[in-house]
Amino acid sequence: MRLKALLLGTSFLAVSGLTAGAETLTIATVNNGDMIRMQKLTDDFKAKNPDIDLEWVTLEENVLRQRVTTDIATKGGQYDVLTIGTYEVPIWAKQDWLLPLENLGEDYDVDDLLPPIRAGLSYEDKLYAAPFYGESSMVMYRTDLFEEAGLEMPEAPTWEFVADAARKITDKDNEIYGICLRGKAGWGENMAFLTATANSFGARWFDENWQPQFDQPQWKETLDFYVNLMKDAGPPGASSNGFNENLALFQSGKCGMWIDATVAASFVTDPEESTVADKVGFALAPDNGLGKRGNWLWAWSLAIPAGTQKAEAAEKFIAWATGKDYLELVAEKEGWANVPPGTRTSLYENPEYAKIPFAEMTINSINTADPNNPTVDPVPYVGVQFVAIPEFQGLGTAVGQQFSAALAGQVTVDQALQSAQQLTQREMMKSGYIK
Amino acid sequence: MARAISPRRKWTITVVAWLLGLAIFFPILWTVLTSFKTEGEAIASPPSLVAFDWTLANYFEVQARSNYFKYVGNSIVIAVGSTLLGLLIAIPAAWAMAFSPTKRTKDVLMWMLSTKMLPPVGVLVPIYLIFRDTGLLDSRIGLIGVLTMINLPIIVWMLYTYFREIPGEILEAARMDGASLAKEIVYVLTPMALPGIASTMLLNIILAWNEAFWTLNLTASSAAPLTAFIAAYSSPEGLFWAKLSAASTLAIAPILIMGWFSQRQLIRGLTFGAVK
Repeated sequence: MRLKALLLGTSFLAVSGLTAGAETLTIATVNNGDMIRMQKLTDDFKAKNPDIDLEWVTLEENVLRQRVTTDIATKGGQYDVLTIGTYEVPIWAKQDWLLPLENLGEDYDVDDLLPPIRAGLSYEDKLYAAPFYGESSMVMYRTDLFEEAGLEMPEAPTWEFVADAARKITDKDNEIYGICLRGKAGWGENMAFLTATANSFGARWFDENWQPQFDQPQWKETLDFYVNLMKDAGPPGASSNGFNENLALFQSGKCGMWIDATVAASFVTDPEESTVADKVGFALAPDNGLGKRGNWLWAWSLAIPAGTQKAEAAEKFIAWATGKDYLELVAEKEGWANVPPGTRTSLYENPEYAKIPFAEMTINSINTADPNNPTVDPVPYVGVQFVAIPEFQGLGTAVGQQFSAALAGQVTVDQALQSAQQLTQREMMKSGYIK
Repeated sequence: MARAISPRRKWTITVVAWLLGLAIFFPILWTVLTSFKTEGEAIASPPSLVAFDWTLANYFEVQARSNYFKYVGNSIVIAVGSTLLGLLIAIPAAWAMAFSPTKRTKDVLMWMLSTKMLPPVGVLVPIYLIFRDTGLLDSRIGLIGVLTMINLPIIVWMLYTYFREIPGEILEAARMDGASLAKEIVYVLTPMALPGIASTMLLNIILAWNEAFWTLNLTASSAAPLTAFIAAYSSPEGLFWAKLSAASTLAIAPILIMGWFSQRQLIRGLTFGAVK
């Protein structure tokens, strides 16, 4: 009896000793396919790091942003690893809200990260977040519809070609629309697309003195082009279409072209989800011959908030999730098409990965985006499809509402631009950028 | 003598009532139907009402990805806990205001209600800081406290209205018989106001169950209720409506079932005192 009690006691002590040694990391993330896959593969991490447990908090993107911002601004310390994008990293790093990633380990090979992505996640030459997957935007088009119309998509099309082709392909009676583009208001929705497009038209949000530029002819040209094209060749109700709505339209065979995130390529070529999986071609985002293309740059990345007590374990996790071995692990378990794209040069040098139909176009799109030099004329800000200042979320959404209203026909292009100019001017004065 | 209602009029009222009922219930019905569709069908245009390939895949996926019972457990503890705590404070408060009113009682009631007029986000940062410093972040106790405070004005108002319907003479009679204040509330007032208290309790449980601002902002993982469970299924890049609908259906199921079972009680309480 005594022996039993003794044994029981010893084993209890042993177990409690083990539990006390384990550290639990709380990871805040969004519900994207690649993140869900990572959650399923964490056994590999636990096998390599038995002393670290992982707790996931998955939230809707905007909820996550608000939640994490509150926590980080008040140094609440609820999270040890955050999933954030290229918009937040420079702003938060400047505020000292993030810890620099300096101990990712010898095998990590920081120089292997794609240069534009690494630049977007660095502040004063220090890396503050590690890219989990990176994306640009490109043209996805229906090879069969192009063939029927006698058109051939160049590898690097112009906006003029895209507009002509869209109008030729459109067959509204049969619900085939030449082009599907984002129209839903939001700084990360229509404004991501329109800001990147405006770059290729020579427009910019601000001049070097932070004066808003919506009263300049380049913005009018951009918005006129967009609204007219969508009127002639876009689907009905386009002003409420975002990424997911256009994805559904393209997958069901209703779009001739769709210009959007490169990650969409794996969805539209998936035969289980897409009715046009074997009829999709890819091209670079269009340009107007001014030296900038209309493609953006984004990377969902992992960062460590300054308030955490578990920085060392958090860095271990980030090194695992964004390292080379993780790419191999996903390839082995789920196939090369499901490997998180757009982070490492070595992935695009891998002959196995090069067989994926959208691999080459993805890397070319990412490499042509330059967050530090995004526009034709010089600008005081960083960011291709956004302006990396804290005011941009509100500002981008307010301007996006004006542009969405112009697309819906509720206001004219001139009215929308005038309102955009006024509200941006007001906000920039209030925030002290201009007097 | 009751007025005779013509059969035609009766039919019209029935049809209108049914249509109104269906219109109110339609969003829930649509969510439930969508949860049985594939992602492609969920977003198809024009949508199909019932003629689609019914699938349970979304429920399996949701079950595989999240620990549903952990979230339900948290929701129950938070909703029931905050309701009971709220009643404990509100019954004596409403008693005092209903049976011993002063000339400032109305002002106090209005002042209590005025706290509901501030947008919650206005006090998010102060509350967050208090929670951080007292170690209440991501704890069920903290959430019970906050939800009690938020719903207290409504509970007090509702109970005050019910208590006012009870004749003060009955309480006086109890006092004459030597009942103490506590006994008066527990043995005389409470049984008489039971339908009112029950419906206040049910309504408050529903409000606490559905509360999404504080429950999302003050939790991370261990105290996260069903609102956080639903929020996990919206996706910026990738179709999600069917899975989100499955998660929503699972989240509202317990409270919907509770509502059905207590329908009679709820209606009796809500119309209590309406007709004299």
